[in-house]
Amino acid sequence: MSTMHFHLRLWKQKSATDQGEFIEIDAKEIPSECSFLEMLDIVNNRLTREGKEPVSFASDCREGICGTCHMVINGVPQGPGRGAACQVYMRKFSNGQTITVEPYRVGAFPIVKDLVVNRSAYDRIIRSGGFISEHTGGAPDASATLIPKPVADAAMDAAACIGCGACAAACPNSSAMLFVGAKVTHLGLLPQGQAERKKRARSMVRTMQEEGFGNCSNYYACEAVCPAGVKADVISMLNREYIRGELSEAVGAID
Amino acid sequence: MILDAKIPEGPLEKKWTSFKNNAKLISPANKRKFKVIVVGTGLAGSSASATLAELGYQVETFCFHDSPRRAHSIAAQGGINAAKNYQNDGDSIWRLFYDTIKGGDFRAREANVYRLAEVSGNIIDQCVSQGVPFAREYGGQLTNRSFGGAQVSRTFYAKGQTGQQLLLGAYSALSAQIGLGRVTMHENSEMLDLVLVDGHAKGIVVRNLITGEISTHAADTVLLCTGGYSNVYYLSTNARGSNVTATWRAFKRGAAFANPCYTQIHPTCIPVAGDYQSKLTLMSESLRNDGRVWVPKKKGDSRLPQEIPEEERDYYLERKYPSYGNLAPRDIASRSAKEVCDEGRGVGPGGLGVYLDFSAAIGRLGEKTIRERYGNLFEMYANITGESAYERPMRIYPAVHYTMGGLWVDYNLMSTIPGLHVLGEANFSDHGANRLGASALMQGLADGYFVIPNTLGEYLSTQFGKKVSTDMPEFKKTETEVRARVEKLLAVKGTVPVDEFHRLLGLIIWNECGMARSEAGLKKAISDVRALRERFWKEVAIPGTGVELNQSLERAGRVADFLEFGELMCVDALTREESCGGHFRVEHQTADGEALRHDDKFAEVYAWMFKGEGNDPELVREELKYEAVHLATRSYK
Amino acid sequence: MSGPASSSKKSCCSCSPLFSSSIGRKWIVALTGIVLVLFVIGHLLGNLSIFLGPDAMNAYAAFLKSTGELLWIVRIVLLTCVVLHIWFTITLWHENKRARPQKYAVKNELGTTVYARLMRISGLTVLAFVIYHLAQFTWEAFNPEYKTWVDAQGRHDVYRMVVTAFSCPLVSGFYLIAVGLLGMHLSHGIASLFQTLGLSNQKLRPVFERGGLILAWILFVGFASIPASVLLGLVKVTSGLPSCPVCH
Repeated sequence: MSTMHFHLRLWKQKSATDQGEFIEIDAKEIPSECSFLEMLDIVNNRLTREGKEPVSFASDCREGICGTCHMVINGVPQGPGRGAACQVYMRKFSNGQTITVEPYRVGAFPIVKDLVVNRSAYDRIIRSGGFISEHTGGAPDASATLIPKPVADAAMDAAACIGCGACAAACPNSSAMLFVGAKVTHLGLLPQGQAERKKRARSMVRTMQEEGFGNCSNYYACEAVCPAGVKADVISMLNREYIRGELSEAVGAID
Repeated sequence: MILDAKIPEGPLEKKWTSFKNNAKLISPANKRKFKVIVVGTGLAGSSASATLAELGYQVETFCFHDSPRRAHSIAAQGGINAAKNYQNDGDSIWRLFYDTIKGGDFRAREANVYRLAEVSGNIIDQCVSQGVPFAREYGGQLTNRSFGGAQVSRTFYAKGQTGQQLLLGAYSALSAQIGLGRVTMHENSEMLDLVLVDGHAKGIVVRNLITGEISTHAADTVLLCTGGYSNVYYLSTNARGSNVTATWRAFKRGAAFANPCYTQIHPTCIPVAGDYQSKLTLMSESLRNDGRVWVPKKKGDSRLPQEIPEEERDYYLERKYPSYGNLAPRDIASRSAKEVCDEGRGVGPGGLGVYLDFSAAIGRLGEKTIRERYGNLFEMYANITGESAYERPMRIYPAVHYTMGGLWVDYNLMSTIPGLHVLGEANFSDHGANRLGASALMQGLADGYFVIPNTLGEYLSTQFGKKVSTDMPEFKKTETEVRARVEKLLAVKGTVPVDEFHRLLGLIIWNECGMARSEAGLKKAISDVRALRERFWKEVAIPGTGVELNQSLERAGRVADFLEFGELMCVDALTREESCGGHFRVEHQTADGEALRHDDKFAEVYAWMFKGEGNDPELVREELKYEAVHLATRSYK
Repeated sequence: MSGPASSSKKSCCSCSPLFSSSIGRKWIVALTGIVLVLFVIGHLLGNLSIFLGPDAMNAYAAFLKSTGELLWIVRIVLLTCVVLHIWFTITLWHENKRARPQKYAVKNELGTTVYARLMRISGLTVLAFVIYHLAQFTWEAFNPEYKTWVDAQGRHDVYRMVVTAFSCPLVSGFYLIAVGLLGMHLSHGIASLFQTLGLSNQKLRPVFERGGLILAWILFVGFASIPASVLLGLVKVTSGLPSCPVCH
């Protein structure tokens, strides 16, 4: 198996309040077939053997679905190509290339350590309305409501969001509109989601703002990096849903 | 110790109903007074947390991830079974029950499996109501696909991301309850021990992975929903963080561990490419609906797959199992792949791979349909291997995927420790010696949404007025022990990274307690694991401190437990002198190489009890009584 | 982990979330944008009367003046739109800056267009130009003598004023740069407003984007044609020498 070598610039930062800095590492003899995170594993294990502290980075499923991993590789959140950082393979880089790895730079995602940030803001947005209030046990038969395939498919495409935060990391405004739009679209398209449709858009957008995310400038950088391929259509839908929700509330409309 | 499974009286089909009719109820006013700790937020943990909170219990939920949505249930691809019979192809609760029992090679408890099949339909209803976007027909009806081990189409799916959508459904239900203040969520919190008060599970000790703070939490009952132990093999399709620690700690506090040797090797994974590899990637079993598995007939055939003519290909699953063909159950498909590779007919690097060929399906259905069905899987495959499965067959090889064994539980999902309930993959109950595809999601959600809300009252109704608090000496003592263990790990100050020990452990277990197991191999594995464990405690390197985010320390704690658990697994495999499901003892096979069960001796659950450090665990047996089904030799021919 | 919910300060008017929320303010920017785009189109159509000769242009100008209160209503509406458009853009921009406290070491544009990235600079340049433009032709602040120019029918000789002004390459040059940036501003703005108003999707977005670009080009060519024609001598005054307003 052929090996490659890379010049790495990795962000080290002890805690949120600490001043971080890049450390430079020459990563030699990296198997060309390994993934980006496996390359970091190799580097970290070498650091450990040398008695140095490894660089913290988050990862779990390593197949692009759990959304745990998050980092910015050469200016691209979740790295080049489709998928999450765990799906980046070293064969995408050229031998000897300098690779800069830094954490997400989003005010609402404070740095925990090194490349790890705290994305709990996304959970709080979901808690404010990203659900259908359905009491276990009270559900009607699954086939009771017909949902046309195109609607089910569009809902699925929006629901594919892995909650990794790359959208906010890529957005020059650190906006979370793609994330919020994905959930509002997923639930808003389905008949089951109608009851709370207006309230959902309203409260999720309010929470998004309270968390300190920026506003959408229709740059579409979010869409360009989304590992789950969520399209900016969902933002268009969110814009519509939100105004409908606020207007209804403003004029006291019941529906 | 006698294991009482507390199976309700009456005919199989009436057991669950009669249980519910006679179950102890907790009134709404009293539910508010009971606190429930849930550990883990996969399908079982999230659904249980949400449902119990809806019922009015005070729920405190813990997960080691940064968000409850990241639990590994999210990675399940293929689907979820339910006996809805929407396809009118003859499915029924009985058939789902029977397929599951048979698929488990008659090593699961009848009553539990029947209950699982019974509630399977409710799960689909519940998920659809939550907004899970299952695949639909153009007319708007739900659609189904077929899966291994079944002759009906009963699997519901959401693209190749069914687990994700089901988990996000449960996560959204959980999120709603957190938003309402009915669930207190503790993220980044890893359970490191169980606290017992008067022999009852009354709390846990957790370490905050960000700050390193160790804290104790008290409740009236504890629910472990912490998943399986596939990562004892190091390389598996499980997420890197999946571990045995919570269940192993419970074992060491007195919970019996049942059938640890029952592990599932999934037949369709991307083959290993090198020793740098950190995990294996599953290609959904649903691919076997349209893909044909083959290897060259000739040994060491180095031609490209497209250059090998039809007559020189061996479609070995279709040849050996004509009625199930490529949809033979997982254990059988995996072992067959190993056989042909052992014969030297494997393909790809190291000869450890077989072809999964879609050319016939593409010819029949067109590339567009195949792309629609499996597009994301093909993309994933191309990304990892650099090859297009539209143009040439995929290369696949078995990999560890799921563990049927787990903490022993009775019909109420309670372990041998009173008050400790175990749900989902973490328990042993429903899959016997082999799990059928699309059944793990079904079980996780059945346990969380429909079983535990009904069975929890059996225990809680005995606990009125028995309040505990973290000020009690039992909590202090356990916390001190946890601190000591963390200190001990940090004090080793060796030079070998944790991953290295994990990898070596994985190799031992994979080679000797993987797809084929032998007495000599298992004995060797036991001594190798012991030696490795000793080395670990002398040489492991854990840089940094315990009062910060320290990923080496997290992993070291988990690997230390795997190093103990691996031994128990081999002991169990050694003791079970038969072949059944995923457990294949080479000494016990039929003339044509199929698993040979010994029902007269082994139609039993093997539950292991901890008897103190350095002592052998004690084996306790639960006899499996088959009243409704006839024990048959599993045949998929 | 319950992370810090950094509470972003509620912006100016708390009266209604429509004026304080992220999306509400964007709607206002989009809606005022529509008004301003319509104005720009109308303004261009009026200006193009220059090619019909002095009589047509001066008649058009006289007609506008004759509308009296209506003209003032339009002016107030436009001014309000400009103020709202800019004010809300600034508050949004301010929050956007705060949302990204630390920049990336490696910059990557990631799918954003140059027009989108230059919205602030193009917008502010156009604003500066509009003020200059109003001072020049509406308030006639630089050349008070313009006020005295009347044509044969006794109408204000707007035609002569425009041709005179554009005869100066500096004036024309600034004008060309400004309408160029206006075009860039509109090419993102027009496509973008459909997205903001929730009228876009994957199929329509390229249509809006191309449409915005085409409309922006048409407007640019239309506006630019006036100073260009003057400089090329295609449009000229028949009587009196034009005196350059800048270098006279």
